[in-house]
Amino acid sequence: MATNTLLKVKSLKVKSVSNGHEVPNTRLEVRKTYKLYIDGKFPRTESGRIYALKDPSGKVLANVCRGSRKDLRDSIVSNRKAQESWAGRSAYNKAQILYRIAETLEGRKAQFTEVLIQQGDAPAQARKEVDAAIDLLVYYAGWSDKYIQVFSSVNPVESSHFNFSYHEPMGLVTVIAPQREGLKGIVSTLAPMIVGGNVCTLIASEKYPLTAVDFAEVLQASDVPAGVVNILTGYRKEFLAPASSHMDVNALLHIDLDAEQRRLVQTNAALNVKRMIDFSKEELLSPYRILAAQEVKTTWHPIGT
Amino acid sequence: MKKAVKVKALNFSTSWSYAPAPEAADHFQLKERYDLFINGKFSAPATGKYFDTINPATEKKIASVAEAGAADVDKAVRAARQAYEKTWSKMPAAERGKYLYRIARILQERARELAVMESMDGGKPIRESRDIDVPLAAAHFFYYAGWADKLDYAFPGRRAQPLGVAGQIIPWNFPLLMAAWKIAPALACGNTVVLKPAESTPLTALRLAEILQEAELPPGVVNILTGAGATGAALVNHPGVDKIAFTGSTEVGKMIQKALAATDKKYTLELGGKAANIIFEDAAIDQAVEGIINGIFFNQGHVCCAGSRLFVQEGVAKEVLRKLKDRISTLIVGDPLDKNTDVGAINSKEQLGKIKALVNAGIREGGECWQPACSLPSRGYWFRPTVFTQVAQSHRIVQEEIFGPVLTVQSFRTPEEAVEKANNTPYGLSGGIWTDKGSKIFKISGKIRAGVLWANTYNKFDPTSPFGGYKESGMGREGGLHGLLPYVKLS
Repeated sequence: MATNTLLKVKSLKVKSVSNGHEVPNTRLEVRKTYKLYIDGKFPRTESGRIYALKDPSGKVLANVCRGSRKDLRDSIVSNRKAQESWAGRSAYNKAQILYRIAETLEGRKAQFTEVLIQQGDAPAQARKEVDAAIDLLVYYAGWSDKYIQVFSSVNPVESSHFNFSYHEPMGLVTVIAPQREGLKGIVSTLAPMIVGGNVCTLIASEKYPLTAVDFAEVLQASDVPAGVVNILTGYRKEFLAPASSHMDVNALLHIDLDAEQRRLVQTNAALNVKRMIDFSKEELLSPYRILAAQEVKTTWHPIGT
Repeated sequence: MKKAVKVKALNFSTSWSYAPAPEAADHFQLKERYDLFINGKFSAPATGKYFDTINPATEKKIASVAEAGAADVDKAVRAARQAYEKTWSKMPAAERGKYLYRIARILQERARELAVMESMDGGKPIRESRDIDVPLAAAHFFYYAGWADKLDYAFPGRRAQPLGVAGQIIPWNFPLLMAAWKIAPALACGNTVVLKPAESTPLTALRLAEILQEAELPPGVVNILTGAGATGAALVNHPGVDKIAFTGSTEVGKMIQKALAATDKKYTLELGGKAANIIFEDAAIDQAVEGIINGIFFNQGHVCCAGSRLFVQEGVAKEVLRKLKDRISTLIVGDPLDKNTDVGAINSKEQLGKIKALVNAGIREGGECWQPACSLPSRGYWFRPTVFTQVAQSHRIVQEEIFGPVLTVQSFRTPEEAVEKANNTPYGLSGGIWTDKGSKIFKISGKIRAGVLWANTYNKFDPTSPFGGYKESGMGREGGLHGLLPYVKLS
């Protein structure tokens, strides 16, 4: 994994030569191509479109994939294939995989800090955010084998039945990552979804697409099965309509949509009674984030001989 | 393979019949005209309009009922807001609970008249309104009464606070029971209510209003507005409502979800279903046949969680179908007030039309339609218990909710096939599993994407047991601890 290549912008020393051209006086850095993450692979957008991501000084950082509706559909097909098997993993196993993501991220702190800074964050803020993101993963890993214990119930019905209610994942959740907080915004939405057995297509922040794609590499390196999380970059406004109207999406998670965008997604959500999950007021560290994407199933089991 | 046993066909063509056993309806008074229940009093609607509620078994008018317009909705919402701010949210929680206990007790005391009214207004057999609807309604109030002062234990780490004014819209299939499901948790959590019963079955909700007066519930805590879709829409769109709780069709549920787009109103939806009732080869067959009957013919099939799609494992398919037809042939269809009646009247002319249209579509698509030769009364809205075989997943009668006494039958070979077929629907409200093997119950119920799974039983309800759907069957739960969540905000 060539993490150092991300430091390219700063380390590129130049010197002027007389004819007015600039040439590097050290090794030419290998730039990274940022692509989508679908089904455990890194494809380019099928649309062939890109948008230029610039740093605060106006310098182009990368040509980011401007994902399309077709990419979204592909992503959802891959999510759906992965869902049942992911939800069927033991709670212990899911906990370990989330913890593994934290471990991998810890090892790449420098990379993520740097990339956040490139995308415009102040260094101190970037460092703090990376730490918080890692700790969030540890927190949610710990809930994996506990939230069902805490929030399930055995219901004392009048008839001769063992009646119990417990949580199951809603299934497929489209996550509209917040535009701010390039790493924490991703982790604080994804972690409570996947720990509960959901699979996600995440629409990355337009401002922080690089951290999102880098985070996909972390997921890939942490034994998160292909299709459990797919990450798309591009224009939010192009994704909102297809993501909210897709008939195989069970829920849509958002944080910072404006009133007009909320109206759009909720209107479309009614097509298949999609659940709308709004984390704008939900605490960062809370089992209620997990429950927000869970269904309650009640079973009447007979008692008898 | 089971050995083929020669079975003697049952003969039902005897002259032997049940003597009528009608429940008396002379022990209570109905008003000729019902007004709106707003702020603790009955008052005439601003619209000046009234509509008839009729007995679907006789097509005769029972009473005139007020039609609430936008101005009435506004008045009721204001009354509810005032009661919320001045009285209900200020009252000690234990006192709130005591009002609910009172209501539960009066419901028990008036159980008989409520059951008769329910059967007269809605067409359901008195056996069901007497043994299920009314006792369960009372039990719901009793259950949630006890929650009022224990909410701190319901949501670990959080404090539960009421939302404010809840607008509640309920269907015609369980009129009083649905009113109880909606009102009891809302009040226990400290909210006030504006409730709209269905236009074809308003009477027991209006009698409930009288019971609330008898219980001396403070004015405005519960307001009951009768009317049709327009009244419901006015309630959904009223800016003074903090929460909408709706039970009804998926079609209307989607309209409500759309209407609430970009508002801050919370909402819960309990919508349609097309549940699979799965019979495995190792099931107790006779017991399963009873369960199939109860699953689809309970309340004339006007049940969102009805077991309307029967899946039978191949090895027992013939036997189950034969026994099922035999058993259906013994069902008594007729007077809802007769204690012998198994299947009552279809709730309305409109609903009867919908059932007929879908059954005709089923025949056109190649399904084989079977009905018993039972006699039907000459007046009223009736539909014979109906079984469709030779149907495919793509048929409309297999895909669409019929909301009537119509069962489709398909067979399967492996449990995996049964699960796949069961889940092959946009709905996900309920399901049934019949097997003698406990481990199979856990496995199959875990794989069916639905909110309520019944094993070796069907259509069981209990106030402690959460009810509600996955997918297009709605969102949120009613009943049990989980039924509190739709009526609180957590901080």
